[in-house]
Amino acid sequence: MSERLRTHAWPGTYDGEAKPRMGFFTDTSICIGCKACEVACKEWNRVPESPQGFTGDSYDNTVDLGANSWRHVAFVEQRKPLGIDAAERSLAEAANLDQLVAETGLQTYQEGDGLRWLMASDVCKHCTEAACLEVCPTGALFRTEFGTVVVQEDVCNGCGYCVPACPFGVLDQREGDGRVWKCTLCYDRLKDDQEPACAQACPTDSIQFGELDDLRERARARVEALAEAGAERAQLYLAGDDDGIGGAGAFFLLLDDPEVYGLPPDPVDATRDLGSTWAAAGVAAAALGAALAAVVLGGRR
Amino acid sequence: MGSNMAEQHPVGFQWVIEAKERGATVMHVDPRFTRTSAMADLHAPLRPGTDIVFLGAVINHIMSGRREFTEYVRHYTNARVIIKESFRDTDELDGYFSGFEQEDGLYRVDSWGYAGTSGELTAGKREQTGDVSGDQAHGAHGMKLEHGEPPEEDWTLQHPRCVFQILRRHYARYTPEMVEEVCGVPRERFLQIAETLCRNSGPERTGAICYAVGWTQHTVGVQMIRAASIIQLLLGNVGRPGGGVLALRGHANIQGSTDIPTLYDILPGYIPMPHPTSRDDLARFVELNGPDTGAWGSLDAYVTSLLKAWWGEAATADNQFAYSYLPRIDGDHSHYPMMLRMLDGRTRGFVVIGQNPAVGSANSGLMRRALANLEWLVVRDMSEIETAAFWHDSPEIEAGETRPEEIATEVFFLPAAAHTEKDGTFTNTQRLLQWHHKAVEPPGDCRSDLWFAYQLGQRIRARLAGSPLQRDRPLLDLTWDYPLQGPKQEPDADAVMQEINGRHADGRFVSRYQELRADGSTSCGSWIHAGIYADGVNQTARKKPGREQNWIAPEWGWAWPGNRHILYNRASADPQGRPWSERKRYVWWDADEGSWQSLGDVPDFEPTTPPDYTPPDGATGTSAIRGDAPFILHPDGLGWLYAPQGLVDGPLPTHYEPEESPVPNRLYAVRASPTRQRFERPGNPYNPADAQPGADVFPFVLGTYRLTEHHTAGGMSRTVPYLAELQPELFCEVSPQLAALRGLEHGGWATIATTRAAIEARVMVTERVKPLRVQGRTLHTVGLPYHWGRKGLVKGDAANELLGLALDRNVHISEYKVATCDIRPGRRPRGPALAALLSDYRRRAGVGR
Amino acid sequence: MAPRVPLPGFVRQLGTDPLGLGRSARSRRSERLAPRTRTADRVVQSICPYCAVGCGQRVYVKDEKVVQIEGDPDSPISRGRLCPKGAASEAYVNSPLREYQVRYRRPHGTEWESLDLDTAMEMIADRVLRTRAETWEDQNSRGEPLRRTLGIAALGGATLDSEENYLLKKLFTALGAVSIENQARI
Repeated sequence: MSERLRTHAWPGTYDGEAKPRMGFFTDTSICIGCKACEVACKEWNRVPESPQGFTGDSYDNTVDLGANSWRHVAFVEQRKPLGIDAAERSLAEAANLDQLVAETGLQTYQEGDGLRWLMASDVCKHCTEAACLEVCPTGALFRTEFGTVVVQEDVCNGCGYCVPACPFGVLDQREGDGRVWKCTLCYDRLKDDQEPACAQACPTDSIQFGELDDLRERARARVEALAEAGAERAQLYLAGDDDGIGGAGAFFLLLDDPEVYGLPPDPVDATRDLGSTWAAAGVAAAALGAALAAVVLGGRR
Repeated sequence: MGSNMAEQHPVGFQWVIEAKERGATVMHVDPRFTRTSAMADLHAPLRPGTDIVFLGAVINHIMSGRREFTEYVRHYTNARVIIKESFRDTDELDGYFSGFEQEDGLYRVDSWGYAGTSGELTAGKREQTGDVSGDQAHGAHGMKLEHGEPPEEDWTLQHPRCVFQILRRHYARYTPEMVEEVCGVPRERFLQIAETLCRNSGPERTGAICYAVGWTQHTVGVQMIRAASIIQLLLGNVGRPGGGVLALRGHANIQGSTDIPTLYDILPGYIPMPHPTSRDDLARFVELNGPDTGAWGSLDAYVTSLLKAWWGEAATADNQFAYSYLPRIDGDHSHYPMMLRMLDGRTRGFVVIGQNPAVGSANSGLMRRALANLEWLVVRDMSEIETAAFWHDSPEIEAGETRPEEIATEVFFLPAAAHTEKDGTFTNTQRLLQWHHKAVEPPGDCRSDLWFAYQLGQRIRARLAGSPLQRDRPLLDLTWDYPLQGPKQEPDADAVMQEINGRHADGRFVSRYQELRADGSTSCGSWIHAGIYADGVNQTARKKPGREQNWIAPEWGWAWPGNRHILYNRASADPQGRPWSERKRYVWWDADEGSWQSLGDVPDFEPTTPPDYTPPDGATGTSAIRGDAPFILHPDGLGWLYAPQGLVDGPLPTHYEPEESPVPNRLYAVRASPTRQRFERPGNPYNPADAQPGADVFPFVLGTYRLTEHHTAGGMSRTVPYLAELQPELFCEVSPQLAALRGLEHGGWATIATTRAAIEARVMVTERVKPLRVQGRTLHTVGLPYHWGRKGLVKGDAANELLGLALDRNVHISEYKVATCDIRPGRRPRGPALAALLSDYRRRAGVGR
Repeated sequence: MAPRVPLPGFVRQLGTDPLGLGRSARSRRSERLAPRTRTADRVVQSICPYCAVGCGQRVYVKDEKVVQIEGDPDSPISRGRLCPKGAASEAYVNSPLREYQVRYRRPHGTEWESLDLDTAMEMIADRVLRTRAETWEDQNSRGEPLRRTLGIAALGGATLDSEENYLLKKLFTALGAVSIENQARI
């Protein structure tokens, strides 16, 4: 097991029971925005429906990750020059088309004529330094033998501490239930060596599941190939160990900057450096008060 | 083109993504920038309905640059065949081919034939040219040719009347400039696409063209597909790995329901339904419908075996195998004429099984009025779809135009079994039949459609027992004995498949269609499926994992005919039988073995017919096909660049504007397809087109389509919570320019109107929809997905309300993909105000109700 | 301030997991958790009912109910993958809007009524024969045979199995009903 993938609780607390650290590599360059991941996740995990109505936000009517949406496909419509200047043309074709232009003197498409439609399936990052886990007072959140971060529905009391701690806004309390629900990386399926539901369904293998070590290697090769083909802004997101969360168990290949997709460019584990997280802590404390009230009320159910 | 594959066939699209990663160029020509365009290397937005101009210009680009795959074209296509002197092309007749009769608006097709063939291409066809598609649409099997060879040929392809030269002249006016002007695609982008296609041609390379209902749903839909076939034949992309014209079909078994049809004009295996003219003479039927040469040369064996399968002992040589038991068609009895017959009170009973015409068919309001005029209606479905609910929940009832008390139709709703509750096969879009196993019993009153058909037959037969009437003999003599299984007494689908496969007189299963005989010694429910139960094994239930086979995966399911995965695969070898290249090796002739070999597919050529085989005089069937003629279903074994028969609207694809189009036909004086089917009657008005008075009332182009998150008219997706929430409301997609022009607000509401209806939709302003510059004017498009209705977890108006009935006469498919419309901000009126809005539109447009 | 250590009243085991973030925090439920693909009584190979790609499905059954449908990795067509519709198949077969009983609406009726399946089938058989008799055409004006009825029509087939279409076409043809159509015309 790679030393750099270690977390506070994994593999240390599992001794021989520890499994390789598993994760997702979501390669958004081949995401077709079909939302099979959203549906397969909900279907497997019996996540309640969460109709948001028509949002008008391109083809996204899911809006965000939350207690009732553990996968979320973002749609970003961008203008850009298309055609032979296209950044995303296939690797081998790049040379071919350039040659074509040289031979036939074809013009590129008019500037501004082209469009780019980015699609990306977001999910809980299963951080190496997971603030949600660190702030959880009940032990509902724990690091599994696969190195993933899971909320245990039988333990969670809905205190909500973890909600503001998450730098990605993933953790969320379910309305009418109070408890926090999020991606478990299909903890139950992992126990049977099965892929998580979203990764299994993904038609184009945009969502890849596997040992984190392998995935990182695959991702590096992929981003290099894309860069070679001219996708200058293609980048890996959360694929290293040097970011504010110590790297993620679920990382991404993006075709543009994270902000474009609504992702924080520099996420930080709020518990990592207490000195700088007073603000976050304040929010957490406020949430605690609300959550305790909920627990008291909930206890009479 | 004509397909949004990433959205409608996402799992099939994995192979496109994989091909792209391996170097393939993916190009998407489509009116909208879709999720497919987003993944493509190139996207060209084109005006809906102008595909033949684009494709014709590709043909022109290939031919004027001599970019065709010459050896393939000379040997494998009918490029070298000389056409009759009496043939006149659209160039000479300004948009008409020779043989057009203004009187009935139909073609007499005699002059289109091969030079030296008889006046009647297929005996007796002349009197049936126009109104009956039964023969014509499937008439490609029909041509009579002496020993399978066209009488006059020019192998140099220079003769002015040879197909190659006719083709070249026909498409000379389809230029990049014309593409720019008519389709709205910049010529540079067109050239880029045409060039890329040419570069992926020849011994070492192939290219594929995918289409879907974006092509079929036009008044010239068949010809759009034909145009793609011409490109692929010129480039040598048919019958070879990585090639083809791939139809991406939309339902789990829409291919299967055509092969074993619930369609009026064909019997299983594309055998035409008989017409009255053959009277009770089976030999005459075969004479009228079958050629002597090619695989269709054995039509007598196929139809006799079908009659034996259906009427068993009662079908004897003495009674012409009960041929007289088959009912006759003598006109267009397809979907829309059927619905109009209901309105006229002539069709009184209607059985609807897993279809939803109340929102899924064009001019939905007219469809519902037809339902309301029935005596009885049976709806079999999983939930109460709009077609079952039309009498108590419809736009007409909402508007106060009618009430349940006024509707006399008696309605039976029978709940259906799901695919998990029954055994059976789906035929996928590649002709591959796959067995699905029953997982659980159908709950409650739910039953399979097999049960419904069987039970209805049993009850009807019981009532008629002892009937002296001749018309009841077909029912009483019918083979109708299927084992029943389980607590619900469901018929055994496996036994039905055995009947489809067929048997020899001694009870042995037929193993291939070549074994079928015309003497009554074989039975077979569908000749193209002969062998599906070979060796007593359900071949469709074979599920050897893909990873344990090569990429052809011949041991997963079963592809008709004869488990051939690539049809016409003889074309993957050169005329001498050698692979065109190592890279594209697939099927080849092994002289030592004296047979055709392959990578794993079944060679679809006669296995021991050598490449240099020349048919002897008097040869019939496939033995009349030369050893270097791969297209064995055609009487000449050639790929048809030019279709001498089989189509009612011309031998070559020609551009005509859609029924409703804001511009004139830039290529010919004839505006729209001369043979298109229109229904001038109350309830089906057409928007004025081109320069007709009132055309400016509907200045925008309307297109309908689907989204990944839903399925067709929504009956299988609006009922599913996890799908309903993903696309909860009908929306229209408009460009920022059109939004500005009409004051449409993103996220707000718009009303879209035609002469048929007005509906409301949420507004999605997006640059994915572009105004196009066409013939000097700016054309705006309104895009509408058609998934909604009044039932289900999410509701909304149905886009199909807006469309009129304008059909491609070849196949009677309506023009769902393009019409004209108006759009205005705000929700549509309710109650009588809605009717007032519509009559105002009609008044301004100068059309009746 | 964010609590880095357990709050009083919540007990975490120590030992190899001093912070109580890993194994010691794992509940009994989590420990015993098993996927329902394991606890199913059986798994059946099927094909997706939506589009014509023909993706392989695995249908998991527990207590005679479908509890899970997912992609079949054995399929060379789909390699275990499914689109959102295919992935929603379990929710489709168990849809909250699914009907399980026959419903009947009499002419001019304002409500659905319930009807026994057998009775419904008998009534439908009666109507088919009545309409057939009323609309039968034996021959055309030239004396050529027609032997058919245009009084009865059928629509649908692309969502059915081939064996079902076969029996329907066979039965309707024997009845003389020719106006038999399906989605392929759309």
